Amino acid sequence: MTSSGALQYALFLGAVTALVRPLGAYHARVFAGEHTWFDPVFLPLERGIHRIAGIDARRQMSWRSYAGAFVSFGGVGTLLLYVILRVQVWLPLAANVAGITTPMTPDLAANTAISFATTATWQAYSGETTMTYLSQLVGLTAQNFIAAAAGLAVGIAFIRGLANERSNSLGNFWVDVVRALVWVLLPMSIIGGLVLIWQGVPMTIAPYLVVTTLEGSAQTIAAGPVAALEFIKQLGTNGGGFFNANGAHPFETPSPLANLLELLAIAVLPASLPYTFGRMTRRARDGWVLYCVMVALCIGAIVVAHRAEQRGTPALMHATGAATAPNLEGKEVRFGIGGSVLAAVATSIGATGSTNAMHDSFTPLGGAVPFANMLLGEIAFGGLGTGLISIVLVAMLALFITGLMIGRTPEYLRKVIGPPELKLMMWYLLAAPAVVLVLTAAAVAVPAGLAGLKWNGGMHGFTEIFFAYASAFGNNGQSFAGQSANTPFCNVTTAIAMMAGRFGLVIPALALAGQLGSARTRVHEGAVPTATMLFGGIVLATAIVMGALTYLPAFALGPVSEHLSMRGR
Amino acid sequence: MMRKQVRPAIVMTLLLCIITGFIYPGVVTGLAQLVFSRQANGSLVEVNGRVVGSALIGQTFMQPYYFHSRPSAAGSGYDATASGGTNKGPTDRKLADTLVAQAIDSAVKIDHVTKGQIPGDMVTSSASGLDPHISPENAHQQVPRVATSRRVTVEVIQALVDAHTETRQFGFFGEPRVNVLLLNIALDSAFSRIDPTRKGSAK
Repeated sequence: MTSSGALQYALFLGAVTALVRPLGAYHARVFAGEHTWFDPVFLPLERGIHRIAGIDARRQMSWRSYAGAFVSFGGVGTLLLYVILRVQVWLPLAANVAGITTPMTPDLAANTAISFATTATWQAYSGETTMTYLSQLVGLTAQNFIAAAAGLAVGIAFIRGLANERSNSLGNFWVDVVRALVWVLLPMSIIGGLVLIWQGVPMTIAPYLVVTTLEGSAQTIAAGPVAALEFIKQLGTNGGGFFNANGAHPFETPSPLANLLELLAIAVLPASLPYTFGRMTRRARDGWVLYCVMVALCIGAIVVAHRAEQRGTPALMHATGAATAPNLEGKEVRFGIGGSVLAAVATSIGATGSTNAMHDSFTPLGGAVPFANMLLGEIAFGGLGTGLISIVLVAMLALFITGLMIGRTPEYLRKVIGPPELKLMMWYLLAAPAVVLVLTAAAVAVPAGLAGLKWNGGMHGFTEIFFAYASAFGNNGQSFAGQSANTPFCNVTTAIAMMAGRFGLVIPALALAGQLGSARTRVHEGAVPTATMLFGGIVLATAIVMGALTYLPAFALGPVSEHLSMRGR
Repeated sequence: MMRKQVRPAIVMTLLLCIITGFIYPGVVTGLAQLVFSRQANGSLVEVNGRVVGSALIGQTFMQPYYFHSRPSAAGSGYDATASGGTNKGPTDRKLADTLVAQAIDSAVKIDHVTKGQIPGDMVTSSASGLDPHISPENAHQQVPRVATSRRVTVEVIQALVDAHTETRQFGFFGEPRVNVLLLNIALDSAFSRIDPTRKGSAK
């Protein structure tokens, strides 16, 4: 590993770890309604929003009401975004309308609306030739905020359920959403956005500028209100870029410092939630154990991807005649291998999907790393709110398996995991392979599904399609971009995967939280201790074994075969 | 339970869209235009009062007296309305045999580089297709050509390249790099661009 790469990785993980406790504690205070330093500014704002929207902050919700509010909120957001996209060319704030060349067809608009309302932010279009400034701001930036706030709210409600004893209240969804926005996402985005602008991210609503270059030819420079979208895109683990090239575009990530800041924005909130979890359930060590599992997965992913990209491909080595040829195809000089690999890992484990390099051009193993991260369920650090849910469920599954081995009833946080809980867990865990593998099989079986493959056929083409559904279901949204995704077939099927990945997982998770919250806790001497590193190791092994059992056959057809054939040639 | 939530869902969505889609970008735009107006407007670069591009967006350079950017897959090359990479897979034959091979041939022809010493960024396309930078090694390979075209010594040009090499940010973020547009502007202001091998070259 090159020393500058290693130093960047270490700095990134160190910074995330240093922020876990302060941010995790802050979340716990904010969502318990306790006092924070910022209350003099934020409390009046919160009261104003409650008054206008007619929210009764004291009303507590059962898991059913909470899930109902979450689904309604997602549904209304999707509809509003759909309408905005369909009529965007007639609305104001469209100074760039001359540059819009991609028609906003019903299937594309629906796919995009679902995509942003589920935080997948899968993009079947190129931002600079498809979206007016109004769509980028009121449509996409706003959805980035509110879908992320809804995700954080659900994560907190899930923790409340686990912390509850004989209570069926998960809190109030609307109060949680407003708190997530006012106390967490908005202030951090204003500060982060300004730092990005300082580094060079534009923030303007002027039309695209036509300049005459040094050599005398004309160059049209697409810019726009990029900074407003850029920071929340990362912080909310959304990931949909302003431009086609996403974070690789110099106007989205102008410098290595901006790169590091954006990657921290992806990781810090989900990484701090295990601490919030430990604090709210009064089992701090359990929270840290889950955090350690996340870090272990993260380090493993970085090491594998870095080695693969640094080594490069035989074809490049042969062509350049060099002994080593770090794979710079589809990477930016300012990031190099280190900054690109770190981004690929952060964005895939973070369920974000922003990219600063073209993952399609990664080496087979390098590209397999973000892929595997998505297939493992994005548990480290995961999507905002949803990542914590995923890792807790894997922990419960680990307990169930160890329980079977030693012949004990599994218990987590002094609660028995019985048949009703197990059914919900299984629903949660089986939904992913059911949707991802079935849709992948369907897509490769029909001509409409294969139509999107432009030039990469064979094993790599299969990987592109498989990757797309894993990304859509994982609400990640990154793609192997060689696949042309704006076809009616692809728009409809990825939209189905995104909806299943959002609502199909959140509803059983909330049901599970409600179920566990209404149960009585008990102290049982023989329970498997969960606040140990040994248990952390079991969780890690469970995640990997489950992922491998589910996906290895399909995975072998894609990146594994491609790697073997590339090295064997 | 769903029906009861529809009204708050509609009101909240509209209200929060106004806050996060209008007010928040408005505040950021206002602050940005006030404090960082150059960056907020796209880091534009002027030469003699004429805007020649953005310091962050690469341009195509073909002339021998300029340093050349990386190959680009954005439109027909450095099209700043069509960002993107080649998206060719690692085992794609066209990538190795055509795109990279062409770039290598051209580098060998115009810069007389030796196979085996070709910097990777010189023959591969960036992710955005708009990469404003090249590596210092890439620039170094181009120095003799530029020096000949400008009728100055290699050392002088190399010194200018060195002066324009950005080191790792704070010592360890990212990679060392040279901004091609800014370097070429500096060349123009320091040396005449008469190419002795050509008749009546530019200007």
